[in-house]
Amino acid sequence: MKKKRRLALRTIILTVLLAAIFYTLYANLTKDTRKTAAVGEEAPDFVLKDLEGNEHRLSDYRGKGVFLNFWGTWCKPCKTEMPYMENQYQQYKDQGVEIIAVNAGETNLAIETFAKQYQLSFPIVVDHTGEVQKAYGIYPLPATFLISPDGKIVDYIEQSLTEDMIKNYMERIKP
Amino acid sequence: MEKVKCECGHINPHGTILCEACGKILDEKMNQNELLDMRYEGSARRSQTYNKTIIDKVWNFFSSVKVGVTLIVVTLIASIIGTVLPQEGNLSIQIPVNQYYEERYGWFGKIYYTLGFHDLYGSWWYLLLIASIGVSLVICSLDRVIPLYKALKNQKVTRNSGFLKRQRLYSEKQIDNTVGDIEIVKERLTKKRYNVMEENGNLLAEKGRFSRWGPYINHIGLIIFLIGAMLRFAPGFYVNEALWIKEGDTLAIPGTNKEYYLTNHQFILELYDESDGEVYKEALNQKGGVVKNYQSNITLYKAEESLPGEKPKLHKLEDYQIQVNKPLKFDQYAIYQSSYRLNEIAKMTFSLTDKESGQTFGDITIDLTNPEENYDLGNGYHVELMSYFPDFQIVDGEPSTKSSKPVNPAFAFKMVTPDKPQGEVSFAAIQQTIEPMGENKYKMTFKSVDTVNYSGLTVRKDLTLPIIALGGVIFLIGVAQGSFWYHRRIWLKQENGVILLAGHTNKNWYGFAKEIETIVHGTKIPVPVDQTLLKEKKAMEGQGGKSVG
Repeated sequence: MKKKRRLALRTIILTVLLAAIFYTLYANLTKDTRKTAAVGEEAPDFVLKDLEGNEHRLSDYRGKGVFLNFWGTWCKPCKTEMPYMENQYQQYKDQGVEIIAVNAGETNLAIETFAKQYQLSFPIVVDHTGEVQKAYGIYPLPATFLISPDGKIVDYIEQSLTEDMIKNYMERIKP
Repeated sequence: MEKVKCECGHINPHGTILCEACGKILDEKMNQNELLDMRYEGSARRSQTYNKTIIDKVWNFFSSVKVGVTLIVVTLIASIIGTVLPQEGNLSIQIPVNQYYEERYGWFGKIYYTLGFHDLYGSWWYLLLIASIGVSLVICSLDRVIPLYKALKNQKVTRNSGFLKRQRLYSEKQIDNTVGDIEIVKERLTKKRYNVMEENGNLLAEKGRFSRWGPYINHIGLIIFLIGAMLRFAPGFYVNEALWIKEGDTLAIPGTNKEYYLTNHQFILELYDESDGEVYKEALNQKGGVVKNYQSNITLYKAEESLPGEKPKLHKLEDYQIQVNKPLKFDQYAIYQSSYRLNEIAKMTFSLTDKESGQTFGDITIDLTNPEENYDLGNGYHVELMSYFPDFQIVDGEPSTKSSKPVNPAFAFKMVTPDKPQGEVSFAAIQQTIEPMGENKYKMTFKSVDTVNYSGLTVRKDLTLPIIALGGVIFLIGVAQGSFWYHRRIWLKQENGVILLAGHTNKNWYGFAKEIETIVHGTKIPVPVDQTLLKEKKAMEGQGGKSVG
């Protein structure tokens, strides 16, 4: 009887201690990524201005698939994939897929020059404060999020894209 | 496990070495010793007796003091290794951290990074070590304090003679009439604040049992301290962020979830000079500049809720001058002046110049963080900024930028003048000019730079401090309790006309022996002998004899 009580007591104490340790470990290991976007979850909403000063709010694109690309003019793979994105944008913009290209906070001049050079027609918005990059947990560029018409993150790609891949992704988020 | 019944009638838990009530030796091995091991009163430490289920095994592992000490030593060694290379948090580097350690320190740096030494307090195995020490503290304490408490609570006045004989302080003597002497001793004991209990002419005098709980109170303090440290990882309890803010900028205060914003109006660096008085003269001559004040003039705002990227509506709360040791405090946050950067390039001014005559036709000033595209100088003179590379580099023969920070700016200008309506193109980087379309008539002459200062601020919030302070206070109470009080017990037993006197204390045996001496002074009751000292003396004499012989 007493032995049973002792075992129960020991189990409870050890469980409490273990729970505390696991919580601490979990909280510590996820402290940098706690709020960042994850596949399957709702894409964090944001509001950014494009070069003309128009506001783009992600949630306004509900009902459309959103190909959310983070880029910078200094990033070489970004340059490679931009023309592919432009090509596919022409194919899919009438099928309900939108591209939003989030620049990592450069000058309007640099972005304009770049957009002119590659003849980009999709909206380019600028994340001057880095808040959106933080919310999406962006570190290396380029990074691409596929967002479904109901606002969920379908996939996250952290590499340079080929035109075939982009086409594939567009198919996946087509409404 | 069966209980052990002592001849005095007390029933002891299995594994008991000395009967909790009368002190009779229950473990036969101990019978051969001359003196008793009085640790934990010879009680049954549970860990050593129950070892059946996995729970018991884990429990017993952590109950071992050896394991606890090993954990502490391993943690110390890890902490020492963590000081060999700089910690990640103290670095300000542009490249990814994993690359940095390998590039800077070679294979050692790579291993260092891989094992998590670069962020020691954040690495999972270090946290596990600290947590294990915490678990060890809890279990070691529980496993010892409960049996000790029971043994001290169950102790009887009349002790087994074998128990008394094996105490460090002991004496015995045949005495006929003891009544008067015992009364004197009782009175003196009470005067010395002993708690005296009597049973069939036997005495137990005890004081300072409280001192025995010192180490455990101490451990409780440590555990509260660890809980406080653990809470730092819980959201909302702890913020420690750096904020670099340029003069004129308004930024969200990190760690506040965009709830508060800050404008930096000016960073001020003041030096002592002659006007501060003669006393400084010598120091100034020796040292050159001595800083008097670091200050950021700021305005604090509360922001309405906003999405990432969105600029919220701000409501001004206050203007403040943050100085060293004079942080801005609001809500539960404090913002400290911790660093600065002076004279960062913000704007560059160029003059449109005729190369031959040296005549200038006006200046253009380029804001490096937000340059304009066209600069009209009037009279048909006009400069177009064709491209701008904040951090200029040439890759595969093509100009590009390494990052978006204006570290090494370069510009491509198109200079349109009345005599060159098509415009001439000039590429200007620091200390070099390229004219890609052939020799130009005009050039952009570098004239001046405008600089701007940055304030380096630290944002801090720490709700765990009261908990950590409480842990510290309890820790010190435990230390005081165990250090400044003594647990002393004196047993006096009458058996067949023989008086047995024994004493036990947890420290300061010399003082204790002196105290007993004054208590029995002038009575027929014998002064106890320190059996440990006696043994040591004998051993020394034996050795001495040998060496002489």
